[in-house]
Parts: sequence; C-alpha cells; structure tokens
Amino acid sequence: MSRPLVRALGQGVRWATSLRGGGSAFPGLVMEKLHPRFVQEELAKLPLGVVVISGTNGKTTTTKMTVQLLRSQGLRVFTNRTGSNFVRGVAASLLAEMDAFGRLAADVAVLELDEAHAVHFVKQVQPRIGLLLNIMRDQLDRFGEIDTTRRMLRQVARATTGTVVLNREDPRIASLAEDLSDGTAVSWFGLSDALRPMFPSDDDMRDGLRQVDPGEQDTQVPSSSRPDAEVLLEAVNARSVELDVRGRAHEATVDLYGVYNQYNAAAALAVALQVLGDSADVASLVAELGKVTPAFGRGETITVQDKPLQLLLVKNPAGFRLSLASASADAYATMIAINDQYADGRDVSWLWDVDFDSLREGGVDVVSGVRAWDMALRLDYDLVPVAAVEPDLETALRRFIAGSGDRPMRIFCTYTAMLSLRKILGGMTHVAAI
Amino acid sequence: MAETDIEALRIVQLYPRDMNIYGDWGNTLTLKRRAERYGLAVEVHDHNPGDPWPEHADLFVGGGGQDSGQFRVAEDLQAVAGHLHDAVAQGVPMLAICGLYQLFGKSFRTGTGETLTGIGIFDLETVAGPERLIGNIVTESPDLGTIVGYENHSGLTHLGAGQQPLATVVSGAGNDGEDGTEGARTANVLGSYLHGSMLPKNPAVADFLLSAALAVRGDSLPEKTFDDTLAERAREVASSRPR
Ligand SMILES: [Zn+2]
Repeated sequence: MSRPLVRALGQGVRWATSLRGGGSAFPGLVMEKLHPRFVQEELAKLPLGVVVISGTNGKTTTTKMTVQLLRSQGLRVFTNRTGSNFVRGVAASLLAEMDAFGRLAADVAVLELDEAHAVHFVKQVQPRIGLLLNIMRDQLDRFGEIDTTRRMLRQVARATTGTVVLNREDPRIASLAEDLSDGTAVSWFGLSDALRPMFPSDDDMRDGLRQVDPGEQDTQVPSSSRPDAEVLLEAVNARSVELDVRGRAHEATVDLYGVYNQYNAAAALAVALQVLGDSADVASLVAELGKVTPAFGRGETITVQDKPLQLLLVKNPAGFRLSLASASADAYATMIAINDQYADGRDVSWLWDVDFDSLREGGVDVVSGVRAWDMALRLDYDLVPVAAVEPDLETALRRFIAGSGDRPMRIFCTYTAMLSLRKILGGMTHVAAI
Repeated sequence: MAETDIEALRIVQLYPRDMNIYGDWGNTLTLKRRAERYGLAVEVHDHNPGDPWPEHADLFVGGGGQDSGQFRVAEDLQAVAGHLHDAVAQGVPMLAICGLYQLFGKSFRTGTGETLTGIGIFDLETVAGPERLIGNIVTESPDLGTIVGYENHSGLTHLGAGQQPLATVVSGAGNDGEDGTEGARTANVLGSYLHGSMLPKNPAVADFLLSAALAVRGDSLPEKTFDDTLAERAREVASSRPR
C-alpha cells in the first residue's frame, strides 16, 4: 500500500474511532500494522528533532511546561498531549496533528514517556535531547525494583544523540552521566545547598529514626564537588522562585503548588535551553514560567461554595512528603483519600514511608477511599488526630466541605480517588473537563 | 520490679539504610508505639553495615532491600552472625522481612547468578525466580492467627525438611508459590515475605514480639488498655481486596 494511502487510512480510522468514542491508541495500532516505521520516519523529519522526557515523577507537568516554553519562543511543537505513552499512542497523536496532505507542522517533538515504554520507543526513534527527572520508588508492584527503573532510563540516556539533561541531585540519575554514548553531552539542573534537604532522595528517606531536619539531613556531597548546573533552583518564596540560569540570577513567578513543581519548572527551563541553543532568550523564558498553570491533579484549585479546594495527587512517599511540606498544615482543612485500584497501585505499603508529623498539630478532618482504614491506622501511629473515617468518597467529601468552616480545603488523593472526587465535585460546581 | 526500674526496651533496627523498602519502617514504628501504649519505655537503635554491635538488644527487626543493598548487608551479617545466633538461643525475638528473611536462611542465589551466603538461622534456601510474586496475601499461622499483608518478592524460598513455616497460605503465593507455606519460624525468630507493613495490620504478631522480648528479661506484657479498631478494620479491607 502506498504511504499517503496508509496514512489517510489511519486518519480515517482515527476519525471513525473518535465518533465511536474508541480508545485513542487504536488508530495508532492500525498504523503500526500497516506501516511499522511510520512514527520513526515522521519524527525524523523534524528540524529540531525529538525531546524525550522521562523519570518516575513529574513528567506530565514538566512536559507541559517545556512545550509552553518552546511555543513562547515561536517554535511549533508536537507533543503527545493525550498522555498516550506507547509508540502507538504517539502514532495516533501524529495522525491527529497532520493535515490532509500528511504534513506535520512542527519544528520539534516533546514527548512524555513512561520509563518502561521509553525503552521501546528509543529503540525506534533516537531522541536528540533526553530529560531524565528522577527515580523515586513508585508503583514498584508494576515495574519491579528501583534498579530496574534505572536500567530503563540508562537505555534512554544511551540512545540520546545530542544532550541528556540530568537531575544533579538524584544519585541514580546523576550517575547516568558516566556511561553515555560517545559524543553525547550532559547538561545539569540542580538545587542550591539550602534547598536540597527539602528533596530527600529515596535513600535518605528513612535512614533509621532520623527525621528530615533541614541542613542536618543532607548526607550527599557538597555542591562544590558536584558538576555546575545550567539551571539551579536557588530559593523558593511564596509565589516566586529564584533561579541561577547559565550563571545569572533570575526571579520567576511560579503559580504552581509545591516545591517539586518548582523544581520541575527548573528542569523544563533546562531542557528548553538545550532545544533553543545559545539563541535562547532566557529572560522571556523565565517570564513565561509565570504563565504556567498546573496540569491535572498537580495542585489544581477548584472553587466550591465560594471556598478554594485544592486537589493534590499523591502516589509515592517522596511526592506525598513534598506535598505536605509545601504549606503550613494548620491553615488548611485536610482530607486524605487513598484508593488501591490498579491505576493507584495495589500496594499501599508506601504510606508507611511518609512522615505525617506535620499534620499532628492541625489533625486531619476526614480520611476516605478504599483504604481509608489503612490511612487512619497510619496516621494513628504517627499520633495524628483523625476526626472522621468514611470510606465512601461522596459522603466523605460532603462532610469535609460542610465541616471546613473558614479554612481553605485541600485533599491529598490517589489517582482514581481524584477522578471520582472531580466527578462528584463536577455535580457541585464547574470542574474543567480533562 | 517497679516500672521505673526497667531500662528501656531496646529495638534494634537492622540495616535501615539498605534494607528498608515497601514500608518496612511501619514495623519498627508499630513496635515502638505499642510498647509506649503498654506503658513501656522504649528506644530504637539502628545497626548499619560496619557499625559496632549493640551491647544490649531486646528485639530485632529488619526489612527488604534491592539486590544491591543485599550484598552490603550479607557481608556485615557474616561478621555479626555469632551475636545473632546467641540471641536466638536466648529466645530474643526477631522479625525478618523479605530480603533479610532470605539472608537469615542458608543461601540466596540472585537473578544475576551470584550466590549470597546467609547466616542459617532458618533452614531454607532461596533462588531468584522468573517473575515477581506480587499482591495482597492472607495467611494462617497456628500460633499467631490470620496474618494479612502485601507480598512482593522475586525470590523463591524452599524450606528445609525440618523447618517450621510461619504460616500457611490462604490466598496469595507465599514462599515459593507452590508448597502453600509462608515465612519461617525458629524459636522466637519470625521470617516472612509480608510487607504491608506487616505489623500495623497484625497487632497479634507485634504483641507476640513484645511479649517474647519482655519474657527474656523476666517480665510480661502489661494489660492492654487501648483498642485496635483501626487495625481490625484495615485487616478486613485488606483481606477483601483483589490480589
Ligand atoms: Zn519484598
């Protein structure tokens, strides 16, 4: 079959499945069967190549920010915005973006890939630039050991032809710099010494009884003996961050909840600089960061009965810990909803690796979700008072809102709990469609 | 003996730096909190590779690790094996989960074909299996009742002929996914693949360990004045969840 015909067929399938409400990867599957090298050939045509973003945490937010930064500089960016992570999903997105003549109007592709899927992807498409964010213990019931995750990301790093952008503060990521392919360069993003204790690596997470005590807890090498970071997150203020970019100080407004999102912003800036090269306008890129809005579940605020309610996705100990550290607990009414569906991860062991001490003072208003009792038990052993345990999400949510008084509300929730809560909230107020 | 005369119950956490994944910290925390709720003075002491052996220990607890962590730990364990065997003989209780459970056996052959020598508290051998055994698990122990948790291991453990298992599997995989046993017990040493963490949802096991520790000192567990409703509800839910 001729190529244009195959592609038109693929686009037709896409149109047909969208009418039926079929899965987004199906047209990609058709393309894969009819023209297995489709994705590879199309992406090879892009003048600025392919950027792959991977790591265990923060891919979605970072990809979104990177795309926005590049578009603000006038680039046409292709991205897999549906969250389809397979080659097939990318094929489906490509078909969606092409015009009737099969032209993809883009200068560069920025793709978010799961670590497991990234390995398959880079066998077919060599990225020019790879951004590797972190390796945190997460969903190990699906991927096995943390060392396995590192091996996957190592393959991504080795397949990258131009530059890998690496997190200097994650020992498992930083050590990838030692075995790159010949000719591949490294660019680093990092944290100032003052901020590093706020981001314990998995190894620091629970070294005996030691609590995270800023300044004291940091057992890693001092910054003087670490490589220079092209983008360094210097300080985090209430609504802004201080960055050191290519040796110059900048201040950026960042309207994102949580220090980890602010660190993701530094990562996005670092990778954008690599795509744009020396011609990058750093000041305007930094200004653009202020316009970034949170991705789904990464700290979005919904107004319910004229009061702000924040939904915070939690899925692993490091993320939960950082979310807790991001705001003073006493100011908020707090609810925690833990589900253990497949998409959440069946294993709730990780709750025992989160420190809930910061909630002791203010307590928790409501604990909910399938594993509400596990969460309540966890809080009990950290001596955190829990006012109510209500596994049913809707009952819990209504009780939480009614009892929140003047306090702004925040709900820490796992993925499927968040989906359900959004749906319930949608009936009470307007929640933007995902 | 008046309570104020009792020196603190000392829980030694084995290798928290290398062997502490899947929430194993919850076991130490549960022992500490329950001891406090029973009115006992308690302290937690960490032992990491290379550390001097603690002079005094009432209870040992340790968890799972990555293969890379297990190598570091295996070496240190050989150095302290004599101390641990002495403690076992005195009836000192221990809880060894996953990776440490394997190293409390005779040997562990890893996925890359290397063999780690264990310290032989349990008569068992472990070989890395083709796939991980992962999921919610319920077991039944003759001494400790129903034990619920979450297993996550690639090692397949085969018990020696005379080795007593900790429990039999009600639902889940257990030691090797085939023989229906889970964990091992020798004297007051319990080995298991159950994370979850194991002790928070299994207060009977936690209290067994505390009682055994006090017994070595000639004491017994004071009367219980707190309730375990949260743990009981969490157990019910965990037992009802899909694997
Ligand atoms: Zn395990």
